Amino acid sequence: MTSIAIPRPAASAPRAITRATGESRAVRWTLTAIALVFLSLTLVLPLVLVFAQALSKGFSTYWQAISEPDALSAAKLTLLVAAIAVPINLVFGVAAAWCITKFDFPGKNVLITLIDLPFAVSPVISGMIFVLVFGAHGWFGPWLLEHDIKIIFAVPGIVLATTFITSPFVARELIPLMQEQGADEEEAAIVLGAGGWQTFFRVTLPNIKWGLLYGLILCNARAMGEFGAVSVVSGHIRGETNTLPLHVEILYNEYAFAASFAVASVLTLLALVTLALKTLVEWHQRRSAVESTETDSIPERIVA
Amino acid sequence: MSIEVRNLRKAFGNFVALDNVSLDVPGGELVALLGPSGSGKTTLLRIIAGLEPADQGTILFQGENATDRPVRERQVGFVFQHYALFRHMSVFENVAFGLRVRPRKVRPSEREIHETVMGLLHLVQLDVLAGRRPSELSGGQRQRVALARALAVKPKVLLLDEPFGALDAKVRKELRRWLRRLHEEVHVTSVFVTHDQEEALEVSDRVVIMNEGRIEQSGTPEEVYERPSTPFVYGFLGDVNLFHGRIHQGHVNIGESELDAPEWAHASDQAGVAYVRTYDVELGLIRSGTSSLEAVVRHVRAFGPMVRLELDLVDGGRTIEAHVPRGRFDALRLGKGERVYVSPTSVRVFAQPA
Repeated sequence: MTSIAIPRPAASAPRAITRATGESRAVRWTLTAIALVFLSLTLVLPLVLVFAQALSKGFSTYWQAISEPDALSAAKLTLLVAAIAVPINLVFGVAAAWCITKFDFPGKNVLITLIDLPFAVSPVISGMIFVLVFGAHGWFGPWLLEHDIKIIFAVPGIVLATTFITSPFVARELIPLMQEQGADEEEAAIVLGAGGWQTFFRVTLPNIKWGLLYGLILCNARAMGEFGAVSVVSGHIRGETNTLPLHVEILYNEYAFAASFAVASVLTLLALVTLALKTLVEWHQRRSAVESTETDSIPERIVA
Repeated sequence: MSIEVRNLRKAFGNFVALDNVSLDVPGGELVALLGPSGSGKTTLLRIIAGLEPADQGTILFQGENATDRPVRERQVGFVFQHYALFRHMSVFENVAFGLRVRPRKVRPSEREIHETVMGLLHLVQLDVLAGRRPSELSGGQRQRVALARALAVKPKVLLLDEPFGALDAKVRKELRRWLRRLHEEVHVTSVFVTHDQEEALEVSDRVVIMNEGRIEQSGTPEEVYERPSTPFVYGFLGDVNLFHGRIHQGHVNIGESELDAPEWAHASDQAGVAYVRTYDVELGLIRSGTSSLEAVVRHVRAFGPMVRLELDLVDGGRTIEAHVPRGRFDALRLGKGERVYVSPTSVRVFAQPA
């Protein structure tokens, strides 16, 4: 019997691939280190600093800062604005994505471009636009004054600006998703006798629910955190038109650093919760995507 | 229910998808719309279903004008090429969908829905998979779910868009036979679109051949195969050889040979094309009369009952294909590079458009 040494490719294959396609160890370590240092400096350090500063004068100062009347009213206003802006953008986003992906009509490309406008324009400019339109010296200013309706430097203005800024999130999330899914299932539903609403609630909505939720989470985070546009239209009236981000700025400008960071830490916590939710939704989304693409691996049952 | 299509026209921008198409589908028949891609067959099917509006023309269901009837009132069953199953619903719920969305007054009870759906799943042999999601099924199984779903609403007309297009060859053949049997059982007027001639000829009662937005010919599978009425149909159904020549007083001259073309008795020296099926040729080692063409064997594929030969015509240098029974091939003992004489036994001559 002769014995021939047979190389074992199965065991050494993965290493061979790494060697063939990968970089040398030094390069890999350097790149990883650069990325880690950058992330620590720009993301982790500020995050830690916010909480360190917030608690620098003890927990009682922290609690006082976030429970004083002005802070509470700012928090209330922030929640109110989000509670109005997010549902409006839910309806707008779904409607826009629906008509863009399921129908062909003239001006479709213009609409797609317009949806991105709030992202393209600086938030301060967005705020200025509302001041120009609804402000005392704006187009509708005199008419609004006559009828005693306050928009600028009042809550309606803040809601308008926030709605405008956050309008792209839901639509932008849904359009690619719905384009990929096509209109086949909707057509099938209609042929089977379903009405428009039945088709939407029974077929379209279940297919887009994770994407929709993802868009809503991002939309909500931005609605609560928006500073630029809101700052322009708000007027900074304490206890009336101050949202949480504006309140942080006011406290900071008054050298109340610990209080300022205490309020900021609330917003930061909100961001962390948003990130966690976002990750959870992404995980669900990926799972349902994998489910719908797993195909043809099941053996065919013989017909007849 | 019968379907009548009258003078249908449909254009997408500058592209004319349907050009004055008229078609009759008698009740209870299984009709195939056959054509290459872009021939307008799917558009025609979608207009019949109401998924696409026509620019001009009318659709009659059982003699009644249905042109402007909304899709959901047409009572058609539609099977999509890529199944279009509701991905978030179980197989059972997919089939039940058409019953569940009915207005409360005409909606069947939960028990009736259960019976109907399970009955249909039994018919398509998927009752054991009722709880599965579409993503857990194979292509052929999905297609059968799509069929059951379409049949659940008791459609007057069943429309199928390339029903087996996305399946592999073996599953396709099985489903083909199965569809034929299902149609004999359910007996609903059915129209299906396909680009596969074998599928169309094997399954349907009648084949409608479409090309560039027009109907070229319609008839039983035997009619369209044995008596193609246009050069396109001749070329589209089965393998065929083309011989270009001149038609003159009942004959076609191809190079030095002359073939009979009695239907062209009054033609005088016009360009024409002779169509000869690959199996309508006689091969010989010696010249037999004026009708045989001299050729050289280029390639032989000798498996199966028919031996397929590629032959280079000596006159003109074109390559033709000939299918001869194995016994005949063995008797001739032909090999690559050998000389052979080809005599067409059945020829159809069409004038070449100037």
